[in-house]
Amino acid sequence: MDVFLQTLVAGLLIGGIYALIGIGMTLIMGVMKIINLAHGQLMMVAMYITYVLFEQFHLDPYFALLVAMPCLFVIGALLQKYLLNPLLKVDSILPENQVLMTVGIAMVLTEIIRFIFRSDYRSVKTGYSTATFYIGGISFNIAMFIAFGIAVLLTVALFFFLLKTDVGKSVRATAQNKEAALLMGINAEWITVLTYGLGSALAAAAGTLLLPIYYLFPDIGGPFTLKAFVITMLGGMGSTIGAILGGVVLGVAESLGATYISMALKDAVAMVIFLLVLIFLPGGLKTLTKI
Amino acid sequence: MKRISWPTIVVIALLVLFPLVVQSDYYRHIFILSLMWVVIGSAWNLLAGYTGQVSFGHAIFFGTGAYTAGLGVTKLGISAWWGMLLGGPVALLVGLIIGWICFRLRGPYFALATIAIGEIFRLVAIDWRSMTDGMDGILIIQSFRSKLPYYYLALALAIACVFAVYLVLRSKWGYYFVAIREDQDVAETIGISSFRYKSLSLMISSYFTGMAGAFYMNYMAFIDPHVVFSLHDISIMAILVAIIGGVGTLWGPAVGAFIMVWLQEIFRSAFFGLLPQWVSEAHVLVFGLLVIFVIRYLANGIVGDWSKITGDWFKKKQLSYSSSGN
Repeated sequence: MDVFLQTLVAGLLIGGIYALIGIGMTLIMGVMKIINLAHGQLMMVAMYITYVLFEQFHLDPYFALLVAMPCLFVIGALLQKYLLNPLLKVDSILPENQVLMTVGIAMVLTEIIRFIFRSDYRSVKTGYSTATFYIGGISFNIAMFIAFGIAVLLTVALFFFLLKTDVGKSVRATAQNKEAALLMGINAEWITVLTYGLGSALAAAAGTLLLPIYYLFPDIGGPFTLKAFVITMLGGMGSTIGAILGGVVLGVAESLGATYISMALKDAVAMVIFLLVLIFLPGGLKTLTKI
Repeated sequence: MKRISWPTIVVIALLVLFPLVVQSDYYRHIFILSLMWVVIGSAWNLLAGYTGQVSFGHAIFFGTGAYTAGLGVTKLGISAWWGMLLGGPVALLVGLIIGWICFRLRGPYFALATIAIGEIFRLVAIDWRSMTDGMDGILIIQSFRSKLPYYYLALALAIACVFAVYLVLRSKWGYYFVAIREDQDVAETIGISSFRYKSLSLMISSYFTGMAGAFYMNYMAFIDPHVVFSLHDISIMAILVAIIGGVGTLWGPAVGAFIMVWLQEIFRSAFFGLLPQWVSEAHVLVFGLLVIFVIRYLANGIVGDWSKITGDWFKKKQLSYSSSGN
């Protein structure tokens, strides 16, 4: 029973961070109707920013959030403005042009980072990376716990932004119906730029939070891109609540899979869930919650 | 049937003569790889460019074909050449099953599902050690020392594949495929079973990709899951080949295949050793930049936007804009 609870707790904690990745992805998907295949790579870039800050200036990863998030916001916004938005005006056969563009962006980001930092594995070792505390026989990793806390805070802040501010409402309006939003005087193009920036910043936050408990190499982006859309599909495209649920479900499922099936097949667990959801619940969890 | 045009004959004749003129194994090797990518790119193009179903999982079929050939050797003790017969049909079966699962999904959902299935195949191939030998891969002995037989086999495959796509496009199927790409719902309302024709397109596509996989096993004599089920090196490369050349054009993938394989090789060898070694690490970077450039400025690829390219360069007024094969 203890093993089970321990697995569950570990899964939940990591799930909080996954939710953050998923929310960023789902925001982009909701507004632009595209899959952002560069999501994990943007996260990877943020991780390297945090890494450099830690190595060069001994800045604590949690403070590095304040640098990495704005940086990635700017990068994301520029990518959207200069690479993705112009594609809307181009006439082409495949509607998936923007998706393929994100593939190109992902490749370039990974390779630039590989060029600068080589392919070596790196990690950020802080005093609390491996520290733990116990509640009733269940150990909690402090770094994971803090990360979970910050992830929850960021999520709450995002909800406040989306529900209460004018700009946030414009984002939701654009996601619901772009034409109608345009007619209401919302500058939809600017909203897409903002959303991509925001999504990238959230991915950056997730990356930075993961760094103290994870390791880092240029190819880490790919697996996280996969995770991000597993979460998004689990939750239902464009649903923020769904992304949170999806993140937690994925975290727990991976953690259970790693404990009870095999470590190596952990990633396959995610993929199998993904397929099952696609087949049996194509709308994702949001169709169950009706939110 | 319409007369086959002169340029086609000239190109085929040049390709047939090429290895007789060029004795270097190195150049023959690059041409063999290019021809193999013509097969995969054209196969992908039929499904994505003409039927509108963008697959991010063609490594599934490539790997299935390769492993059919390889496992025939290690498990059944038959020659890997049986793979050339069996690889296609086995990949086709896999395609049929994947189509049954995935074609209820549309657009981006379909693309996602193919990535997921591709990853599952790769992970299973790595972990099912008793069957596939996992990451140790499968090593066989090449049948021929010379590259000539492989060259002509690859050429035959490439011609067969492009010709098959050509025939399909001229038939009713081709029109059904394009109708589904343009608007699936409208296609349904005029009585085209989108599921049936998408499956047909996928079957043809997976068959040829499986053949290419089996050929790869025979030619390279070594495979492992990271090589043949690779998301980047196979699935995405197939997409790049078609995009660079021109999605939804008959010759696009063929042109794209030669460009991509050559670019890869030029950069991998650091411009044949003329430039410092670090250039060789930049080949993926160049791919990425090329993708961004082509999508941004040549949305229909080099073949699809040919008139635009020449128009831009020579400032000639184009009287007609035609995209071939469409």
